[in-house]
Amino acid sequence: MEEILKVVNLRKWFELRAGFLSSLLSKKKLFVKAVDKINFEIKRGEIYGLVGESGSGKTTTGRVILRLLDPTEGKVFFEGKEITSIPLEEFKPLRRYMQMIFQDPYESLNPRMTIGDIVEEPLVIQKIGEAEERKEAVYKALEDVELIPPEEFIYRFPHELSGGQRQRVAIARALILNPKFIVADEPVSMLDVSIRAEVLNLMLDLRDKYKVTILYITHDLALARHICDRIAVMYLGKIVEIGDVEKIVYEPLHPYTKALIEAVPVPDPSSKRSKVVIKGEIPSPVNPPSGCRFRTRCPAYIGDICKTKEPEMVKIDDRYVACHLYS
Amino acid sequence: MALLDVINLKTYFSTMRGYVRAVDNVSFYVEKGKALGLAGESGCGKTTIALSLLRILPPNGRIVSGKILFKGEDIVALDENYLRTNIRWKEIALIFQGAMNALNPIFRVGDQIVEAIRYHEPHVSNEEAKERAMKLFELVGINPERISSYPFELSGGMRQRAMIAMALACNPSLLIADEPGTALDVIVQAQILRLLRELKDKLNLSMILISHDLSIIAEVCEDVAIMYAGKIVERGPALAIFKKPLHPYTQGLISAFPNVKAPKSKMVSIPGAPPNLLTPPSGCRFHPRCKYAMDICKKEEPEMIEVAKNHFVACHLINKK
Repeated sequence: MEEILKVVNLRKWFELRAGFLSSLLSKKKLFVKAVDKINFEIKRGEIYGLVGESGSGKTTTGRVILRLLDPTEGKVFFEGKEITSIPLEEFKPLRRYMQMIFQDPYESLNPRMTIGDIVEEPLVIQKIGEAEERKEAVYKALEDVELIPPEEFIYRFPHELSGGQRQRVAIARALILNPKFIVADEPVSMLDVSIRAEVLNLMLDLRDKYKVTILYITHDLALARHICDRIAVMYLGKIVEIGDVEKIVYEPLHPYTKALIEAVPVPDPSSKRSKVVIKGEIPSPVNPPSGCRFRTRCPAYIGDICKTKEPEMVKIDDRYVACHLYS
Repeated sequence: MALLDVINLKTYFSTMRGYVRAVDNVSFYVEKGKALGLAGESGCGKTTIALSLLRILPPNGRIVSGKILFKGEDIVALDENYLRTNIRWKEIALIFQGAMNALNPIFRVGDQIVEAIRYHEPHVSNEEAKERAMKLFELVGINPERISSYPFELSGGMRQRAMIAMALACNPSLLIADEPGTALDVIVQAQILRLLRELKDKLNLSMILISHDLSIIAEVCEDVAIMYAGKIVERGPALAIFKKPLHPYTQGLISAFPNVKAPKSKMVSIPGAPPNLLTPPSGCRFHPRCKYAMDICKKEEPEMIEVAKNHFVACHLINKK
């Protein structure tokens, strides 16, 4: 399968604002190294998961890809075209093909607009179709996300809908432009458990129907496994492991991935308790550890090399892992 | 006898549009040294139960009827002063949801714990209280020297541990934890859950763990109560309920949870959304979303029936047999 999106040496550092006094006293600038040199590619039609704890840089990555943020360094290719350095006017038409679903449907929908207007807005911005055609497209998009019958929803306001319904509206809005690529940032984490599955299954169906590629950002490995084909595991701004989701879940290679999977609680009291393999919490991305960033918490620490040398991504079968155990 | 025995508890909130029946005729018990998991979706009344147990409901909330027997005393009928000096925090402590943010940012964490100890036990000197705070920190796995840190100097997981230390400050016999894992990262969450398990065994503590996440409850609790729209629909030993859930809502909730350590299965959702508690559905409150709903479900409220030892279900499907 050909790749639709390719990320090369992507870096996003945020400058830390120093206090007035310290900015006078020292010239040294501090940066939050949110995303630090990551590489991956997404194939057409797949659901690619970006999994990591909070502060790992997964959301920043998603935003940089859609140019909601400008990268510090590195490139993003969409269908072979480099999109990070082109002028914004040139990028804007491409937004039609690259859409986003945000985490919180309580905040991502304008409370003063009707559902119909919200879903239609992308068409208006991209100047697509006449009023009549646009209305038809809105109906179809709402039907696609199972808000049926659409005429019952188009004149309603977001506050009249439940969380699950709102997230469907957000999905309809992303789908109406027939995008090729969607970034979905924790789309179900604000929803009640009983309706999460419904939204996820809807996304799976729509992927099959429209062959849209999805970058799915989540902290929840159990959900990622349910919906993703391949995942990349992030830790402190770096990707530590990439591979087929089933293989990673059954046989994680990187010690961090292992720890992450062990820590996921299991809804079955008769099975083994989740284990705590590693201590402490994720260090600050302002001063990440030297060498391998995970070394300060790593249960498989093998010595000085972890401290001095940053591990490279090595290919093992069809998977990639960045750890000195394998190089 | 059980440490805590809640009988037919009803807690309503009065609003401009009428009564919200947040907790409606709920009964359960917690035994010494055991943990009960209270599971359900947001708005089903889990937190209201916790607030009712300590009688710290907001002004528009009221315990309408029912009994809360704690060590034989009825908390509902107790005098407010007696309750404050002898029960709250000394016997029953609560870790609030989002507790990491409940610490006062301008006081050192240690001083906040000392304050809690000395408020409830005025005869304890400042020095003794401080020493106790250090011991508590050690108990929950924080370096005791950190008692002189400010909350912003501690990470999320450490703040959660500090809140647990504060809850244990007066040696309570019942600890209520409201969503202790939410807002924490997976690895830190696993650490906190392990801590709660260890504390329960070490101190022979009884616990009520409130969570929407069944997997968190499965990790810690021996017993589960499943709530839906202000009612408990099923309760009993966790092993039995997770293995063979009987109420259709419990079944739906369990199959809505993916399990990383088992073969991949399809996640199933429950159609519809939880009802508005101002005007809950007639009969069984779950009937509009239930795939097995029958005529009787719309008319009559199902009773709690004991199907096996200590395993209770409220569903007409079970009644028929």
